Amino acid sequence: MRTDLYTHPDYYNVDDLLTDEQKLVREAARAWVKKEVSPIIDEHYEKATFPKHLIKGLGEIGAFGPYIPEQYGGPGLDQISYGLIMQELERCDSGLRSTASVQSSLVMYPIWKYGSEEQRMKYLPKLATGEFMGCFGLTEPDHGSNPGGMITNFKDAGDHVILNGAKMWISNAPFADIAVVWAKNEEGRIHGLIVERGMEGFTTPETHGKLSLRASATGELVFDNVKVPKENILPGRSGLGAPLSCLDSARFGIAWGALGAAMDCYDQALRYSKERVQFGVPIGAFQLTQKKLAEMITEITKAQLLLLRLGQLRDAGKATSAQISMAKRNSCEIALNIAREARQIHGGMGITSEYSIMRHMANLESVVTYEGTHDIHLLITGMDVTGFSAFTREMPELK
Amino acid sequence: MKILVGISKSPDTTSKIAFTDGNSKFDENGVQYIVNPYDEWYALVRALELKETIGGTVTIITVGAAADEAVIRKALAIGADEAVRVDADPKDAYYTAAQIADYAKSNGFDLILTGKETIQYNGSQVGGMIAEALDMPFVSLATKLDVDGTTLKLEKEYLGGIQSVEVTLPAVVSCAKGMAEQRIPNMRGIMAARTKPLTVIPAVQVEDLTSFTGYTTPPAKSSVKLIDPNNMDELVALLHNEAKVI
Ligand SMILES: Cc1cc2nc3c(=O)[nH]c(=O)nc-3n(C[C@H](O)[C@H](O)[C@H](O)COP(=O)(O)OP(=O)(O)OC[C@H]3O[C@@H](n4cnc5c(N)ncnc54)[C@H](O)[C@@H]3O)c2cc1C
Repeated sequence: MRTDLYTHPDYYNVDDLLTDEQKLVREAARAWVKKEVSPIIDEHYEKATFPKHLIKGLGEIGAFGPYIPEQYGGPGLDQISYGLIMQELERCDSGLRSTASVQSSLVMYPIWKYGSEEQRMKYLPKLATGEFMGCFGLTEPDHGSNPGGMITNFKDAGDHVILNGAKMWISNAPFADIAVVWAKNEEGRIHGLIVERGMEGFTTPETHGKLSLRASATGELVFDNVKVPKENILPGRSGLGAPLSCLDSARFGIAWGALGAAMDCYDQALRYSKERVQFGVPIGAFQLTQKKLAEMITEITKAQLLLLRLGQLRDAGKATSAQISMAKRNSCEIALNIAREARQIHGGMGITSEYSIMRHMANLESVVTYEGTHDIHLLITGMDVTGFSAFTREMPELK
Repeated sequence: MKILVGISKSPDTTSKIAFTDGNSKFDENGVQYIVNPYDEWYALVRALELKETIGGTVTIITVGAAADEAVIRKALAIGADEAVRVDADPKDAYYTAAQIADYAKSNGFDLILTGKETIQYNGSQVGGMIAEALDMPFVSLATKLDVDGTTLKLEKEYLGGIQSVEVTLPAVVSCAKGMAEQRIPNMRGIMAARTKPLTVIPAVQVEDLTSFTGYTTPPAKSSVKLIDPNNMDELVALLHNEAKVI
């Protein structure tokens, strides 16, 4: 990739609404990304390897559990700062952000919210530095959009439980030290369990052949009669609502992150349109190019304002799941559209790894799918405004 | 070792540069400020390295308004121990230097570091003026700085080579590229900066020595003339008659 010249567009001076500390957190994350990640990300993407050496640095910039309180080793930042860090990571690569999202919102968040004090003290400080890495097992081979149907289960065996089943599509699985796994007890109620690498019967085979999110490691979690001590069960909450509340936190970060990818595409497209000359003029002088750029910056600005407001609501403890869902879907959708338009503006150059656009575009196909597909989020908004659930229907009669 | 580092703001290099009041005042509207890179990357980081190796404290000082506290917090996040803000809108280098010298005089520093210049006005004067006011030696544009007892060993670049300089502490040095490596503030630093002391002090009276009469922006880039490499005579003629550079 060429020299990373990224600066974020700020058409409505939204930065004026941020605090000095929020801007400093973003500036530090951006400087770190430009120095440590931009020069190496393409190679990892091409070879489909996760840049493990960045874990320590991610911890240092506060990317692991930004909002986790200081008493548990986190930086105790607000939600907008969390969003800004995710945005800086994803504007470079969605895979990097995915690792940070999973660690923060799907591993640290449930331990912080639903863990015992011993579990918090045992895991959170090490997760905050990256000494421990975690993953989150919800999706199963036959239960993606419908996680409530999961079949992974555990049975009481005295001082421990016996866990059986399999999870699929699990980010960070191949190298994670711990997994927060959602499984049903004998009554069919969903609980979260902390499964540690090394427990007998627990394996994490890597998923190969991904054409998206290649710099992020994805794998399966396989449980074959795994003995999990009872003190590893999260005591604070059970039922599907527990994992879904983690998804709220992760989706919030994704909403900020995907907009980062969009802004990176726009930033490059704007620069290219002023430099690339065809028919004797910069291509940015053509109306059709301007239409693309004008629509991009409009969508970016709308999304910036939406996210800022969502951040305020979340900090006040008032953001609803449906509000977060709308932001996640919107950011992914506009980011995909902007990536495609930005690629058009770059002509043939747009398909090379000289520019990050094609990588963003491929990555975003995962981002628009995980943590609730685009269509599932439409159903969430639809249900929220109409009051009717359209998630399930009777099996239609085959004619 | 007690070190004082002057920290100034400068506009982010992507800022649009414009003027108001009949082209006599810099238009700050929409301008994002950063810590002046020479102050941050070289003066501050070298001060921190000295503190880490030989012990001591690093105080930063900014002559500026409350809005400049963002750059102060960043310098604290990078690692300075405490900050002082002289509450004033500095008008020129003399004003800034006089404020810093006044504070330094009553607080006994062994070493005062500044960046070689700010990247907007490129004046390069503040360090020299502080040294004069405090009657200390001044070395400008240093690229290497080491402390040996009470001796400061410095290197500065000149056309074609390096000059080695020694002065006795206390001294003032302006720091140029090469003296240290940029440090990115980490989260621990940002958190620590929340509670580090930032003292605001009033400005002292300073004689008004300059008045700015106007700014003009450089002429817009004109189009490029391409000349056939075989046509040297035309190139020489154009450089001589039109560009008037030879
Ligand atoms: C790279 C990557 C990383 C991931 N990381 C994790 C992780 O760390 N942890 C984890 O638990 N999971 C993870 N996932 C899984 C992800 O959350 C699921 O892929 C996602 O929820 C969709 O499930 P599915 O793939 O089974 O698709 P399906 O649920 O089979 O969906 C297929 C299609 O049917 C549509 N559909 C489904 N139900 C309905 C409905 N009711 N109405 C209308 N349309 C519907 C969907 O929108 C979609 O278009 C990851 C996925 C990927 C690709």
